[in-house]
Amino acid sequence: MKRKRIIKQSILTLLLLLGALEMILPFLYMISTALKGPVFVFEFPPKLIPSAPTLQNFRTALTKNNFGHYFLNSMIISVITVLLILLLGSMMAFSLARFKFRGRNFIYGLVIFFMTMPSMSLIVPQFVMADRLKLVDTLSGLIFMDVAMNLPFSVFLLQGFLADIPREIEEAAKIDGASNTTVFLQIILPICKPALATSAIISFLGVWDEYVWATTITNSPKNWTIPVAIASFQGVHTTNWGLVFAASLIAIIPVLILFISLQKYIIKGMTAGAVKG
Amino acid sequence: MTKLKDKLFPYLFILPGFLFLFIWLILPMLSALNISLRNWNIMPNTPKPWAGLSNYSQILGDSLFWLSLKNTFVYALVTVIGQMILGLLVALMIDNLVFGKVFFRALYYLPVVTSWVVVSLLFKFLFNSSPSGFINYLLCNVFHIIDKPVSWLTEANTAFAAIDTLGIWKGIGFAMIIFLAALQSISQDLYESAEIDGAGTIALFRYITFPALIPTIATVSVMLLIGAFQTYVPVAMITKGGPLHRTEMVVSYIYNNAFTNLNFGYSSALSYVFALIVFGLSRLQLRAFGGQKGLDEK
Repeated sequence: MKRKRIIKQSILTLLLLLGALEMILPFLYMISTALKGPVFVFEFPPKLIPSAPTLQNFRTALTKNNFGHYFLNSMIISVITVLLILLLGSMMAFSLARFKFRGRNFIYGLVIFFMTMPSMSLIVPQFVMADRLKLVDTLSGLIFMDVAMNLPFSVFLLQGFLADIPREIEEAAKIDGASNTTVFLQIILPICKPALATSAIISFLGVWDEYVWATTITNSPKNWTIPVAIASFQGVHTTNWGLVFAASLIAIIPVLILFISLQKYIIKGMTAGAVKG
Repeated sequence: MTKLKDKLFPYLFILPGFLFLFIWLILPMLSALNISLRNWNIMPNTPKPWAGLSNYSQILGDSLFWLSLKNTFVYALVTVIGQMILGLLVALMIDNLVFGKVFFRALYYLPVVTSWVVVSLLFKFLFNSSPSGFINYLLCNVFHIIDKPVSWLTEANTAFAAIDTLGIWKGIGFAMIIFLAALQSISQDLYESAEIDGAGTIALFRYITFPALIPTIATVSVMLLIGAFQTYVPVAMITKGGPLHRTEMVVSYIYNNAFTNLNFGYSSALSYVFALIVFGLSRLQLRAFGGQKGLDEK
């Protein structure tokens, strides 16, 4: 019996390793290509371990292509957007979860509707709006839109989290004379920490990778984000793949750090609502 | 006085967030209708003449739209089924594992968190047409499945290969995570009592695991379907809809009509038709999410 179990576990592990290889191999080949000089990128047969590894692509990406600037743009946009989403999202969630008021169901319905709406279906009128508000080719145009697109999910998540939490502490605080704002700042926000962490990460990942809106409303390179910059490295005729992948790897680093350190919260966010119970 | 303040409070807290939704989602939704009924020109101070329903009737005879709709459906079908089956298989295997659950979960999830732009370029590179393209090399020289290199991205019959493979590869981890969460919420008592009754592995899956997973399968499939319908970046990065619109999708067609042809009116009409299609799907999604979605019922 025990032996049978060991065999079963070994087979499972082996199969999973084989599958995982397929998940990882493209990334390994990307790393390998980033370490190759241009002559070696298409050498035959292709090599997973570069014969003459070089860091030249990373150096070029970091120094010659304003990549630091794009990195900074992406950071600024992501951080401000996430902070705005946390603040506005928790305020909305607090109202929805704790107060009865006219229009409450309508607002919640809107949140759910926009959460499930395909993000690209409004890009034309959104562009017209940005044009009217003189936000085309500005970082604020990116931030405003990123907030609006990612806010519904966070409201949904925070509202659901709050709805499951008993109100005794808040009620006791109110009897002691605390105002609603005090309750929000001193009780609700601390309680919501895990859900705030989840919304922060999910929003950050979304904003950090956002490409379509960023490429649509930015013209001048000074407003590019990392995805736009990486896409632009793809030449019309020839592409310097080593450089593309060196830049890609640099762009992936913040995501990897978040993913490895905060996996728990990411998974919580991804499964929110999808699994009952 | 305090009473009024208390009454106003929830509105005050809703307002700032609501303004974002109003300006960037609600108003655009309404103005899209107006735009779709005109020959809209984005240039300032140009007339935007009323066009009635002509943009909508143009869709009916637009063979490119129908081709892109067909492509979108085929892509959605292939990738959703692929992601579901592989995601479920991986989830079942990981769930039965004693050691290394977290390790494998992280590995399979990695593609989900990496940027679409990056992985699209990566797959474009892997499917390079030269003999030293990674996929060509693997299929030609390692596995001997094909006898000469294929120009994957420029041949009509294979252009979707890279986009489909990418769609499945990137989404397996997402399906896996959700199935895994669902599997872990199945009560162990059920399995134990069935095992005492002498049920084998297949019977356990057939009579306990699978029925318990059905609501999750419904949810995941609709979520993936809606995701598939919005696939734009891989098309823009890998094939640009080519060759000869063979990989054109509805979203890329909408996008190009607006931002390449500057035909905002027609593009908006297309968006409305498209949104209607996806709205039908998201109604399904809401239902699959579980009727628990009312604010007060739990």
